[in-house]
Amino acid sequence: MTMSPQLSSDPSDFYSQSFSKGARENTLILNMGPQHPSTHGVLRVIVELDGEYIVRAEPVLGYIHRMHEFMGQKKTYTQYLPNMGRVDYLHATAWNWAYVGAVEQLAGIEVPERAEYIRVLTCEINRICSHLVWWGAYLLDLGAFTPILYAFEDREFLLDILQRVTGSRLTYCYFRFGGVYADVDDKFIDDTRTFIQRFRKRLKMYEALVTKNFILRKRCEDIGVLSVQTARKYGCTGPVIRGSGVPYDVRRAVPYSVYPELDFEIPTFSEGDAMARYMVRLKEMEQSLRIMEQVMDRMPDGDIQGKTPKTLKPPKGETYFAVEGARGKIGVHLVSDGSATPYRVKLRAPGYSNLSCFAELSKGTLIADAVSILGSLDLVIPEIDR
Amino acid sequence: MTSIKNALAGLWSLVVGMGITGKYFTAPLVTVFYPRQEAENIETYRGHVELVGKEDEAGVPLCIACGQCARQCPSQCITVSAKVAPADPAESKDGKPAKPKRLKTPGVFQLDYNLCSLCGQCVQVCPVDSLRYSNNVYFAVFTRQETNIDLLERLERQAKEGK
Amino acid sequence: MINPEYYPLVRMVIFLVAMMAFVGLNALVLVYAERKIAGHVQRRPGPFHVGWHGLLQPLADAGKLMAKQLLTPWSSDKLLFWAAPLLSFLPVILLFLPIPFGETLYGLNVNLGVVLILAFSGLNVLALCLAGWASNNKYGLLGAARAVAQSVAYEIPLLISVLTVALMSGSLDLHAITVQQGAWPWQWYGVLNPLAFFIYFISILGETNRAPFDLPEGESELTAGFHTEYSGMGFGMFFLSEYANMVVVCCVASILFLGGYQGPIESGWWWFLLKVYALLFIIIWMRWTFPRVRFDQLLNINWRWLTPLALLNLVGTVIVLRLAG
Repeated sequence: MTMSPQLSSDPSDFYSQSFSKGARENTLILNMGPQHPSTHGVLRVIVELDGEYIVRAEPVLGYIHRMHEFMGQKKTYTQYLPNMGRVDYLHATAWNWAYVGAVEQLAGIEVPERAEYIRVLTCEINRICSHLVWWGAYLLDLGAFTPILYAFEDREFLLDILQRVTGSRLTYCYFRFGGVYADVDDKFIDDTRTFIQRFRKRLKMYEALVTKNFILRKRCEDIGVLSVQTARKYGCTGPVIRGSGVPYDVRRAVPYSVYPELDFEIPTFSEGDAMARYMVRLKEMEQSLRIMEQVMDRMPDGDIQGKTPKTLKPPKGETYFAVEGARGKIGVHLVSDGSATPYRVKLRAPGYSNLSCFAELSKGTLIADAVSILGSLDLVIPEIDR
Repeated sequence: MTSIKNALAGLWSLVVGMGITGKYFTAPLVTVFYPRQEAENIETYRGHVELVGKEDEAGVPLCIACGQCARQCPSQCITVSAKVAPADPAESKDGKPAKPKRLKTPGVFQLDYNLCSLCGQCVQVCPVDSLRYSNNVYFAVFTRQETNIDLLERLERQAKEGK
Repeated sequence: MINPEYYPLVRMVIFLVAMMAFVGLNALVLVYAERKIAGHVQRRPGPFHVGWHGLLQPLADAGKLMAKQLLTPWSSDKLLFWAAPLLSFLPVILLFLPIPFGETLYGLNVNLGVVLILAFSGLNVLALCLAGWASNNKYGLLGAARAVAQSVAYEIPLLISVLTVALMSGSLDLHAITVQQGAWPWQWYGVLNPLAFFIYFISILGETNRAPFDLPEGESELTAGFHTEYSGMGFGMFFLSEYANMVVVCCVASILFLGGYQGPIESGWWWFLLKVYALLFIIIWMRWTFPRVRFDQLLNINWRWLTPLALLNLVGTVIVLRLAG
């Protein structure tokens, strides 16, 4: 029996063609994605395999490009708001905040203190949601089926809590210029406190079930070691760079809102491997719980909506506002020409920079390790393509 | 020697993991049997927008057909137009027929739910608070046209049902 | 009347047919058990709506699988592509022949029962290899390569641990091995030689491609591994044979290590099934707890731990047996 030529190399599209030009002899070019169980949506990775070892890998983007930035130039400032929840559906409030913050900075809108506290609270709740999804999905990548359902069990509580104020469960459009959409009530606070109690216990269970698990440690430790230099080179932020030992967190580095008043740590691990990134996220969930407690204790009474002009026309100029999302630094660069629509909106998505180091990290690893590395970077594909 | 120790510790961690899943195996379920039970959180859900009726006349909306919601909507999913009263021949002057009069109440109020992203900007911008979120969770249709909801008809139906 | 000479043959044929039914029924039961256990471990009900507590769900699944169109990829080797699922399923039935389910409940009384089972179970890997190769799919090929390396590697500690028991009992006849162990747990070889039982148990996970060693079909890496291209009953056959293989290795385990059909009260086939299903339950439970190991780790576990341990155990057993006379 002879192998048909399809198996050896018959690249059909542009990316495969250009990728296979540099291929060595006796290697296999494999398309992982755009439909593949471990690429979470529509990321496509072309890999050149020598046996099961990866010689080269190249992520191909653009399968879910929705022109969010261009839509920003066509819609008014307020009309662009609901787009933000769709860029990164797992940490929608952070994107809300990045855009709202940029507009506020540009137009000089004051935010009442209560609104700031509510923003921090919802953002941290959302951060835990995001990390829980990542945790479950990562373990699914590594072949453990059960943890994702435990994670979703906990996440369900948080979604119910957030639904009380935002009305939706995933793509929030909750922040408004100068405040937030709705005020939090006592039940919201009570539920959150109950959740914090419950989740502290659950985190211990997570540790016993998964973090200490021998097989998981073998799958994560010393896999995809990312040096500080490489991380800097590619502009990695968030848990990815904190896993390499750099304590960079926008909440501390460029403080915004009421974060400077709050007492929390930035978990940092110096190993730089997948396990370090895993640990950073687990520790971050604990820190988020701390922040939530402090915010609820200190939350002042007052308005939740500051004064905003009826038709928003920020003065000519440009601004940049960054917040710390679950995946890293989320930045919005706004240029205004004085009209009701932005001249240009540039979105800096952390996932894009974090993914770009994948090609370097996966070189020489096994295909199973590549899956582990890809998972440990915590990618949300719509955010990468925007 | 250390490697044997590590291996034993590793094996023990696996046993602990089995213990945890075993414990949950006997624990009560947390899911809701959907068609027979309903989730408890529907109250706070905010579905598509709906019109608010007048206090004395529940079937007629507060809406003044100003069209601000339609202009504010990011995805142009709202269609509003004022009700037009037929021209009154008594008002005709100089032999010219009278212009039809635009009334301050909507004649058409359509929401294309296909396009709606539930951002709530129409609710916020409405000057007379005639819009609010509905609680319509189970919204399922067979054709795309059915997602085009006639909000006026919906309001009348609700008024009849006495909601 | 049938010539008494042919009795064993008649018995074998009847038993083969019965085993066909048993394998099918077992697959249904195991699918149901697997999904129910998975559901309850994850705090959801599992199949629930088809029949009482979802009891008819496996039947519905089977119906769906049979009704599905069989697709043959255009670039595949048609003959080998469809030979593979059959080759995977048919030998499994043979494996049940020498297994004594009860005192008189067996298909074939041979004094080399263990050897027969081990020999025919080796055929399964050939089927996986063919399936991956013939479907002309890169994921399938990788899965097949993994399957071969894994099966060959894990056969060695498996054989050695079986050999240990064979030495202890001095026989390769499954019936004789069963009878030699008593009815009580402390007389079982699994308790007398727990290390051999442990090694055997780990090895059967590797042999039957069960989690955490389910690398040939490692979903998150190879989508579905060797059976990526199979649809309908093509996939169903692999599925059936995987479950049947699990039952066979658990049967062998309960005969070699847990006293077979003997039990403290009323020995009989019910004890045998109880032991088999207890082992199957543990295997399913493990699947829903652990992540998957990596391929090189899988081989490392085998060559660096299991094989040396099994050899040491064998030597130790020989010395003890010698000293004890």
